[in-house]
Amino acid sequence: MYQFDYQRPETLDEAVALLKEDCKLLAGGQTLLPTMKQRLAQPEALVDLGAIDSLRGVCPDDDKLAIGAMTTHAEVASKADIPALACLAAGIGDPQVRNRGTIGGSVANNDPAADYPAALLGLNAQVTTNKRVINADDFFVDLFETALEENEIIINVTFPRPQAAAYVKFDNPASRYAIVGVFVAKTGSGVRVAVTGAGPCVFRHKGLETALNNNFSAQAIEGVSVSAAGLNSDIHASADYRANLIKVLTKRAVAQIGG
Amino acid sequence: MGTQTGIGASVKRKEDKRFIIGKGRYLDDISRPGQTYGYFIRSPHAHAKITSLDSTAALKAPGVVAVLTGPDMQADGIGPLICGWGITSKDGTPHKAPAHPALAIGRVRYVGHQVALVVAETLQQARDAAELVEIEYEELDHVIEVGDALAAGAPQIHDDVPGNLSFDWELGDRGKTDAAIGSAHHVTRMKLRNNRLIPNAMEPRAALGDYDSGTDEITLYTTSQNPHVHRLVLSAFNGVAPEHKLRVIAPDVGGGFGSKIFIYSEETVCAWATKKLNRPVKWTAERSESFLSDAHGRDHETFAEMAFDANGKILGLKVSTKANVGCYLSTFASAVPTYLYGTLLSGQYTIPAIYCEVQAGFTNTAPVDAYRGAGRPEATYVVERMIEIGAREMGIDPAEIRKRNFIAPDAYPYETPVIMTYDSGNYALAMDKALEAIDYNGFVSRKAQSQAKGKLRGIGFSAFIEACGIAPSAAVGSLGAGVGLWESAQVRFNPTGSVTVFTGSHSHGQGHETTFAQIISDQLGVPIDQVEISHGDTGKVPFGMGTYGSRSLAVGGSAIMKAIDKIVEKSKKIAAHTLEASVEDIEHAGGIFKVAGTDKQMTMAEIAFSAYVPHNYPADVEPGMDETAFYDPLNFTFPAGTHIAEVEIDPDTGTTEILDWVAVDDFGNVINPMIVEGQVHGGIAQGIGQALLENCVYDKESGQLLTGSYMDYCMPRADDLPTFRVQTINTPCTTNPLGVKGCGEAGAISAPAALMNAITNALGKEIDMPATPEKVWRAAQGL
Ligand SMILES: Cc1cc2nc3c(=O)[nH]c(=O)nc-3n(C[C@H](O)[C@H](O)[C@H](O)COP(=O)(O)OP(=O)(O)OC[C@H]3O[C@@H](n4cnc5c(N)ncnc54)[C@H](O)[C@@H]3O)c2cc1C
Repeated sequence: MYQFDYQRPETLDEAVALLKEDCKLLAGGQTLLPTMKQRLAQPEALVDLGAIDSLRGVCPDDDKLAIGAMTTHAEVASKADIPALACLAAGIGDPQVRNRGTIGGSVANNDPAADYPAALLGLNAQVTTNKRVINADDFFVDLFETALEENEIIINVTFPRPQAAAYVKFDNPASRYAIVGVFVAKTGSGVRVAVTGAGPCVFRHKGLETALNNNFSAQAIEGVSVSAAGLNSDIHASADYRANLIKVLTKRAVAQIGG
Repeated sequence: MGTQTGIGASVKRKEDKRFIIGKGRYLDDISRPGQTYGYFIRSPHAHAKITSLDSTAALKAPGVVAVLTGPDMQADGIGPLICGWGITSKDGTPHKAPAHPALAIGRVRYVGHQVALVVAETLQQARDAAELVEIEYEELDHVIEVGDALAAGAPQIHDDVPGNLSFDWELGDRGKTDAAIGSAHHVTRMKLRNNRLIPNAMEPRAALGDYDSGTDEITLYTTSQNPHVHRLVLSAFNGVAPEHKLRVIAPDVGGGFGSKIFIYSEETVCAWATKKLNRPVKWTAERSESFLSDAHGRDHETFAEMAFDANGKILGLKVSTKANVGCYLSTFASAVPTYLYGTLLSGQYTIPAIYCEVQAGFTNTAPVDAYRGAGRPEATYVVERMIEIGAREMGIDPAEIRKRNFIAPDAYPYETPVIMTYDSGNYALAMDKALEAIDYNGFVSRKAQSQAKGKLRGIGFSAFIEACGIAPSAAVGSLGAGVGLWESAQVRFNPTGSVTVFTGSHSHGQGHETTFAQIISDQLGVPIDQVEISHGDTGKVPFGMGTYGSRSLAVGGSAIMKAIDKIVEKSKKIAAHTLEASVEDIEHAGGIFKVAGTDKQMTMAEIAFSAYVPHNYPADVEPGMDETAFYDPLNFTFPAGTHIAEVEIDPDTGTTEILDWVAVDDFGNVINPMIVEGQVHGGIAQGIGQALLENCVYDKESGQLLTGSYMDYCMPRADDLPTFRVQTINTPCTTNPLGVKGCGEAGAISAPAALMNAITNALGKEIDMPATPEKVWRAAQGL
């Protein structure tokens, strides 16, 4: 690690005021600190969001669920009353990671193999920042790239309640991130199928969505062709194999929901 | 004796308390006054010339003590690292082992190659300064795979090794084997890949050199499996210090699996640098350095032919292997794919003709050396995959074909065509017990049940053998070893009757402190909490050869038995004198010395006390009770057994679930069944890791290590593993006094073949290790 300054503000306003160039927000540190230890990141200063109570907690409502950016994966796993979301959080990393890592950090980082982006996109969530509200469809831009501007702070993520939803993940055997993860949700505006791990950035699969909107059943997926074009290929899985997994996991998610 | 702490008792491990309460003392826990920290600058390139190295700016950075390079070491007369086992090629020439300077001189040959050491007051300062060392490289073409390295036109890694060929070795009778293959009813032919592994001991390698200018002595604390061998090599070959001025201490060491046998660059540099700088110098590997620079394991490309008669009797086995040895020959690298490999190709079978040839090739990768099993997993993989595939091709049941070929229990000693003489075994018994335990007869219906769920079920066997307890010095000497492979033990009674045992073997997880104490407790009746086992310090322990090759009990334990014999002999004289009887009349059992036919007796504790307080003492007996013995084994030992794995495959995703695992191992006599079971579990876990999960991958294009962290290198975790069902049978070894065979490597040797046989049985198709989900999926889908 290189030398850096460290600040731990107690309010959001203080945090915003402290942000300057070459400054990084620190949430659970599960992604940021390893990169700093490997000297791949060299922020001048860290602004730790850990003391800002208003960023933490799970707030259920009749038609939605708001989760503070600093809420850990473990808290979401035990408190979120959207079962597919709780189950997704419970499957992230290991107990240490789940008790440090946060939803805000995960979403801001937008790792192509991370789990949360699939939930946000699948459930049509909204990301509230200190500046604006961003729809999930607009939030995840590209590999490790989001709509967040420099020093924009995520305050919470709001998930509309689905009629039914399921997340099925195929673990990378080594890292246990997703080689492919598929989040299927039946929502007021139709079926949404969000795929993480397979491409450079989480995406919705329109072909699968159309098929499931016509007929919400595992058989309906049989006829859909899932193209390997543009999917990731690495030492763990080829694009072809990932394309296959998208289909298989979608079927399994649909079956879980009872389609 | 059968007490609760004697031979055969599952005594809880004495050493575990300190590990569990955080009082283990590993290398990084040790610090010396005035200590500095070393940080190694490593090559970012697979193959390059170093055109310039400028440390001016680094030397000015805060806290920097020195920047040391290969030329500095050379100027101080420090010799290169060595390979300690000479192999002779088919044409009679010795193997080629190019000079391996501890810090690179002029050229780097793999990513991670040690280029310079930055020494500073803090580690942070050393790391910061390392970025200021300006090194210019001129990149050269590189080669990663051994097959490519040995092909015509490959980049030359060493100027003095044409074609990158270190040696081209053979064993066995080529003519006879070719004839057997030529006239056989059936020949099974297969290409087999034994995947490259990275060892991953829990504690990374580390070294702390501490020079005392008053005594001119260097103390090197290092993570070693064999501290005396370290001292010998660093003295005799590297010239770091004369042997009597070099003390090597391997404290608690957190796992080795072979990777800490070798004398590496880093400890050599720390031992030299401490004297040069007159400051203690400490280095602890980061995990990423471990991935890059610990000696890797396996990495064979093999073509094998197994010839059968119509009944499935094996007539001959011909094996041609290309072994990747990395960019230099590491300490024992040459022995692994030769005398630890070719010599085991007879397996548990009577095979009339065997021929094996091995070409060892240099590549731009980390050195490859012994890793748990070392050569023997590769041999078992060849034999057990070939016989299984042969059985499939000929339509013979895989258990049946093995039974038709087993060496019979009354055929010992059995001489194989590949220079081994097996002393004992009962292979059919292990197989029968394993078949019963797994309910082999029920497999067909279990397979049908899986099929009904859309799953593929498979069962696979591995009837492995290994040569352990290495080894008779005369035998290994004749095969090229530069060292003898005996072991030492010193049994010291303290005046109050407690015992300290000094052993030349070294525990880095095996449980010596318990197993060896059980031997003393059993033989001499000393309560186990009165026995201390001391190891790992050349300043305390008689010269010993260390721990690897499942040798500690068979060789080190036997040395303890020899020392015990001397203790008993001396004690009898003291008892005879004290009890006024003749020595011939003294009977000893479990620490009680009795005059035959009377109730006159002395305990071991009483005798020990009288040896130190010799007021009434035989004139011809020396005072004290402290005996040292050196034991050189008569033969290798030959643990063997049968493992059966049962798996279920999801053809849609290619995921393999291991449903059941039965291991029936013959380790000869067992001292501590609990420790043995633990060793088997760990070994199987590593074997499963190799077959299913682990794979070291270098990018062919860039030469970079792609599996350089746990994000990409997949170690087995508890939830990858089934519940193991482990049994032992106990055919005593006939060549050592304990009748033991060794158990440390068996699991890692046996498991890969069993698992791959099960997976390919389920698939009805052959695939190579590791059986990743994608590979299995492709095979299942016929892609
Ligand atoms: C061993 C291991 C296994 C893992 N396995 C998985 C897995 O299976 N699935 C998975 O999805 N993830 C996995 N992760 C990642 C984990 O979920 C991380 O917690 C997560 O990616 C980052 O969250 P964090 O709170 O730790 O963020 P940090 O590391 O602190 O920050 C990450 C980035 O987000 C920015 N940031 C943080 N909070 C905010 C905010 N409120 N507003 C704006 N920007 C912000 C930071 O500045 C930084 O750039 C794993 C991590 C580890 C170490």
